Amino acid sequence: MGAQLRVFRRRIRSVQATKKITKAMELIASSRIIKAQQRLDASMPYLRNLTEAISAAASHAADVSKHPLMTSGEVRDRAAVLVITADRGLAGAYSANAIREAAGLTKLLNEQGVQVSPYVVGRKGVSWYRFRGVPLAGEYTGFTDQPTYADARRIGQDLLEAFLTPEDQGGIDEIHLVYTNFVNMATQEVRVRRLLPLEVVEEVVQPDGKGLPFPLYEFEPGAEQVLDSLLPRFIDHAVYTALLMSAASEHAARRRAMKSATDNAEELIRTLTRQANQARQAEITQEISEIVGGADALASA
Amino acid sequence: MAELTVAVVSAERSIWQGKAKSIVAKTPDGEIGVLPGHSPVLALLLEAPLRIETVDGVKVLVAVHGGFFSVDSDRVNVIAETAELAEEIDVERAKAALERARQAAGGPDDPEAAAAKRAETRLAVAVGTR
Repeated sequence: MGAQLRVFRRRIRSVQATKKITKAMELIASSRIIKAQQRLDASMPYLRNLTEAISAAASHAADVSKHPLMTSGEVRDRAAVLVITADRGLAGAYSANAIREAAGLTKLLNEQGVQVSPYVVGRKGVSWYRFRGVPLAGEYTGFTDQPTYADARRIGQDLLEAFLTPEDQGGIDEIHLVYTNFVNMATQEVRVRRLLPLEVVEEVVQPDGKGLPFPLYEFEPGAEQVLDSLLPRFIDHAVYTALLMSAASEHAARRRAMKSATDNAEELIRTLTRQANQARQAEITQEISEIVGGADALASA
Repeated sequence: MAELTVAVVSAERSIWQGKAKSIVAKTPDGEIGVLPGHSPVLALLLEAPLRIETVDGVKVLVAVHGGFFSVDSDRVNVIAETAELAEEIDVERAKAALERARQAAGGPDDPEAAAAKRAETRLAVAVGTR
């Protein structure tokens, strides 16, 4: 076997091995998208009930607009931005898109004279900020492909604590969330959402959509206490939803990236096989002409 | 006979659904029992076992870790951040967690104290059915 042919065969084998890996990653990502979606659906009854209860409590509590979680301080000079990125790469532009959006938001806030303290989820985002020497207010890694509620609660508590810290001690006035919304298998888009101060009035959806008044609940211990206890839950859940959405988007992005990698590998294998066949044919042709030439030389001698 | 339609959901999933005769839960103001025909209530839950008696007379115990429940026209929604049914609880693990948390706990505000309380609730629920 000629040297050229051997080189081609080796490259084909190497590309085939890569293709197997990318194909496997594609399949894994596909099944994880569905899992993440199911978990998102499973968490919806909780959100629905929670929103209902908060609305009911808010309509009973005295002067909701003065609640600490619904008002920012007098001066608005510090904001937290929570960016959700991936732990691992090979997901196309997934993390880069979220980071770009967050950078845009940061610039916008800076122009308004607001300082930004970044909170980052996912190793990709953390290393991006680290490399640029940006100090992080919080970093959370190791769960982006399968976030649990406990992870979300940890983040939610940190954010809440920073929000409730008095301004002169470095407390923040608002919290923005940058996550990737999972529209469908083919479309995911980066979204920015303001988490705090809450705008409950806009969040309130009547329980059955028909605009019926809430039942005349008797609150225990009291409407204000119920509200105090439920609003942080609402924040935790908003973070949880964002994490799950982003996880589904991450898997979708990875699936797409791995699909095109597999397609490219197939294309490459096809081209290389052609070239290898050509090389083999050339080798055979050369051998025949050598034999014929040799036989001719013997005959004419 | 009137019955309660009960749904227990946690942040991550739906835990239990069905018809029940009565429910007993623990709120900051004390224990509250709910029978069919109860007036609308929205109450916070403490870290404690939640007792449900189904229409077949079966007792279901759920360990709820914080949250609230609402009663309205014989529909009861129990919304807990995390909740576990008795049969889902690993007794050995809960015991170990309790032991660990008790040793580490400092004051009442310590997160370890909360962990100990959580483990206690779990154990109470798991043992209650055995």
